[in-house]
Amino acid sequence: MDRDLMFSLYRDMIRIRRFEEEAARSYTRGKIGGFLHLYIGEEAVAVGAISAIEPTDYILATYREHAHYLARVGDTKAAMAELFGKATGCSKGRGGSMHFFDVHRRFMGGHAIVGGHVPIAAGIAFASKYRGEPDVTLCFFGEGTANMGAFHEGMALATLWKLPVVFICENNLYSMGTPLYRTLAVEDVAVRAKGYPMAQEIVNGDDVLEVREAVRRAAKRARTESLPILVEAKTYRFRGHSMSDPAKYRTKEEVEEWMKRDPIRILAERIYELGVATEAQLKAIDDEAKQEVAEAVKFADESPFPDPATLYDDVYSEAEPQLEEEKVVPLPRRARAGA
Amino acid sequence: MRELTYREALREAMAEEMERDERVFLMGEEVGHYNGAYKVSEGLLDRFGERRVVDTPIAETGFAGVGIGAAMVGLRPIIEFMTWNFSLCAFDQLVNNAAKLRYMSGGQVSLPIVFRGPGGAAHQLAAQHSQVVENLYAYVPGLKVVTPATPYDAKGLLKSAIRDDNPIVFIESEVLYGRKGQVPEEEYMIPLGKGDVKREGKDVTVIAWSKMVSVALDAATELAKNGIEVEVIDPRTIRPLDEALILRSVKKTNRCVIVEEGWPFAGAGAEISYRVTSGAFDYLDAPVVRVTGEDVPMPYAKNLEHQVLPSVEKVVAAVKSVLYRS
Repeated sequence: MDRDLMFSLYRDMIRIRRFEEEAARSYTRGKIGGFLHLYIGEEAVAVGAISAIEPTDYILATYREHAHYLARVGDTKAAMAELFGKATGCSKGRGGSMHFFDVHRRFMGGHAIVGGHVPIAAGIAFASKYRGEPDVTLCFFGEGTANMGAFHEGMALATLWKLPVVFICENNLYSMGTPLYRTLAVEDVAVRAKGYPMAQEIVNGDDVLEVREAVRRAAKRARTESLPILVEAKTYRFRGHSMSDPAKYRTKEEVEEWMKRDPIRILAERIYELGVATEAQLKAIDDEAKQEVAEAVKFADESPFPDPATLYDDVYSEAEPQLEEEKVVPLPRRARAGA
Repeated sequence: MRELTYREALREAMAEEMERDERVFLMGEEVGHYNGAYKVSEGLLDRFGERRVVDTPIAETGFAGVGIGAAMVGLRPIIEFMTWNFSLCAFDQLVNNAAKLRYMSGGQVSLPIVFRGPGGAAHQLAAQHSQVVENLYAYVPGLKVVTPATPYDAKGLLKSAIRDDNPIVFIESEVLYGRKGQVPEEEYMIPLGKGDVKREGKDVTVIAWSKMVSVALDAATELAKNGIEVEVIDPRTIRPLDEALILRSVKKTNRCVIVEEGWPFAGAGAEISYRVTSGAFDYLDAPVVRVTGEDVPMPYAKNLEHQVLPSVEKVVAAVKSVLYRS
């Protein structure tokens, strides 16, 4: 097992955990407004999946997307500043917790209408195929999405047009406060893929290495064969749906049972077993993460709020279309790998 | 000058833009092999192939969203709704995604996408196939709403819409598809947000767009027989709205009638009426009068449908009312 890889996965997961914990504290201190949906307990899914793809592959996520942004972009300062509603945030304070973006790094946003981004992911993959580019699109969503029309239309079109999308269902067993068995007539969301028909795979979402391996295979298939796939990761969120949710619909025993399967602990134990690192070394990584998050809070706190004069900026793109033959950039025509 | 139908003018605009820019593609139900439900895209599949003229299943949310995703990464999709009634299935995609992704990402993406198709009533299509939607979409910041009335406007506005970097709601009319009008051979574009004086007159300003322009023009011809000179203003785009042109005309005529096919409550005419009242209050010699569709779902029966829609008679009566003539 690759030592550097295990270290890097551990670092990514612990940074996200510490970031989310600090976000919760800043929320209770009144520094963060609106909704705040934490990813604590689910870190292995975003980190495993995003570690398995190329930096040029596209990522779309939901309103619970801090982790995906951090796993791809890694900028804790821009992330925390966005939560604080500051001009230095990754969406200039326009998006907040649910709408992190870094389009330059192909992090195509946190999307907050359940299912609404599924067809968009298919569209980004459509564009890659249209241009003959080898990029794959990763689309994350929760199991509650599986009942939305947009989900079905996006999946159906991705299959019909053979689009290179890896759909990743983060099945944390609850759509807000309602357990899976009361919202879904099947136990596994993956079953839904069969009718399109789309390939599907179920993984243990608490095992970062298992997630990584499954998404690596899925992305390779999407890239070389231009086919979509649904990967369902079974996981659990340790906190409520959002900060305002005390999660009383779950028993203490159930939560404790799942916390025994804490994805960060699972990876740490694996690391010790393999003798890749000592407890002290992992603690050092954790301390670094805490330090980094503390600096992010300081940065966010000290950053300016958006200038009121910018309120109307970017409602529209201002470039005026011209009749004059402006230079039209020809499409790049890189050959699709393996096709 | 040569004459084209409104349908041909739209097709020519798409073909020219697809020829010019490989990023432009057309997607929608029946646009390819069927040659378009209303034949707007006739021949485009033969000319551009299946890569760029893409037939879709009946899945408005799905293919509207695919267009939005493709636009986010730099393609320039034209998404055809067989009619705008069906866009309501994709309302979330247009309102929550197309209109907002640029703003909520802090300006990181552009959405160069045109959604187009026919809106409004045709002939006895009943309640679910006769709706006017420009008011729904013009409500939303981030969208531009275009409503051409003539073949000339249709071509020039569609070319601008395709080259625009914003999401465009481009509403055509089934009733207008067969209408002929002059369209020059040489290339031209009409800027979005610039209205047009469709007829000059000094007595009353009548504001109308899309197929209501011809109703207004017919009413003007009728009124001219009684010596009443109507000025017909076509804003051509509802958002952005050419308020300056409207106010200039009202300040000249001192009277204003607004004709719109849609329902009265919160229609674009209500907004225009507010802007006229606040921008030219001291110039008005009569309250602004609106002629709108009746406030009911569209009935099927021919006589009832006729009763619902604005007509030449209703516009003539409205113009006379602001002149205090009977």
